Amino acid sequence: MIVRIMGEGQVALAESHLAELNKLDEELLAEMDNGDGPGFRATLQALLAKVHELGEPLPDDSLEPSDLILPSPDATIDEVRELLSDDGLIPGV
Amino acid sequence: MDAGPVLWVLSQTCELESVRRGRAKPMSGVMKRMGMIFRAKANKALDRAEDPRETLDYSYQKQLELLQKVRRGVADVATSRKRLELQLNQLQSQSSKLEDQGRKALALGREDLAREALSRRAALQQQVTDLETQHATLQGEEEKLTLAAQRLQAKVDAFRTKKETIKATYTAAQAQTRIGEAFSGISEEMGDVGLAIQRAEDKTAQLQARAGAIDELLASGALDDPSGTHKDDLQAELDRLSGGTDVELELQRMKAELAGGPSAGQQAIEGGTGQADPRTQQQPQDTPRFDKQ
Repeated sequence: MIVRIMGEGQVALAESHLAELNKLDEELLAEMDNGDGPGFRATLQALLAKVHELGEPLPDDSLEPSDLILPSPDATIDEVRELLSDDGLIPGV
Repeated sequence: MDAGPVLWVLSQTCELESVRRGRAKPMSGVMKRMGMIFRAKANKALDRAEDPRETLDYSYQKQLELLQKVRRGVADVATSRKRLELQLNQLQSQSSKLEDQGRKALALGREDLAREALSRRAALQQQVTDLETQHATLQGEEEKLTLAAQRLQAKVDAFRTKKETIKATYTAAQAQTRIGEAFSGISEEMGDVGLAIQRAEDKTAQLQARAGAIDELLASGALDDPSGTHKDDLQAELDRLSGGTDVELELQRMKAELAGGPSAGQQAIEGGTGQADPRTQQQPQDTPRFDKQ
């Protein structure tokens, strides 16, 4: 399974870690929906740390699409909300 | 925006493999939704073309444009960073100048001037601290963009090879499936890099506005001009004080030499000028007193 960390690149990690990541990911979504800024930041950092810990960076010339995409470490709750609610924010290809 | 329904429909066709296998619920987290949005973008672009092989060429052009853009982005951020460094140097030299002025004022017994110099220095240090933070931010952006440019370059090269292979080997119908993966991989990267450039541009624009304000301050002389063409009031006062003192000290020294100098040559000139001694020796005390008024 491939995960992109925005602004950083992609890592590959075993599918067996999905459940673990899912739990944090669902927490992250709930915190975003509830507008829990501090919680959101903490969970995002935890998710990023997990992905860094478990993942192996893909080579630069890889053309694999990602299964999951994580916001960049400094992303705010508002930025992520915008990314998710408005596909106009991601530049066209 | 039209994102909602369109994305939903599109995301049904490009769900996570693990979702398809029934191991995970769809759309239940941020990472998953984000992944789907990016894929939906790629699919939309892919669906637009009649012959998918045309999409490859079109996308390749876009990739080259984006590479140019990200390189320009790196250059722009570097320019802003250098401008900040220049300003930091100016502020720091001004800061140490104020410290010297404070010391000099204190040596001349003018605590009021010393206090003024030091409080100006404190205000300046605040600016320096702010600029240092901004400098670190810009440096971070520059590094990120530089790495993004490297990654994109590697992917664009890989894409070009793949594109040529696909075009040479497959019919339009066969190409469809082959193209999908390479295309969504690179378009995801492009979306990410595009956002990174936007963010860097926003940050640079904010910082440039502040840098412009500091340039104005420096130019107006409020923070003093390091070129020395524009003297501030503090320096003028100190120059007046110490300038007078220096002349007086020099005069005293010369007279002392003339009066009781060790060499025969100096004694020979002594006669005429020696008489001025008592009066001029009063002046070092007079000058500071005059300045205080």
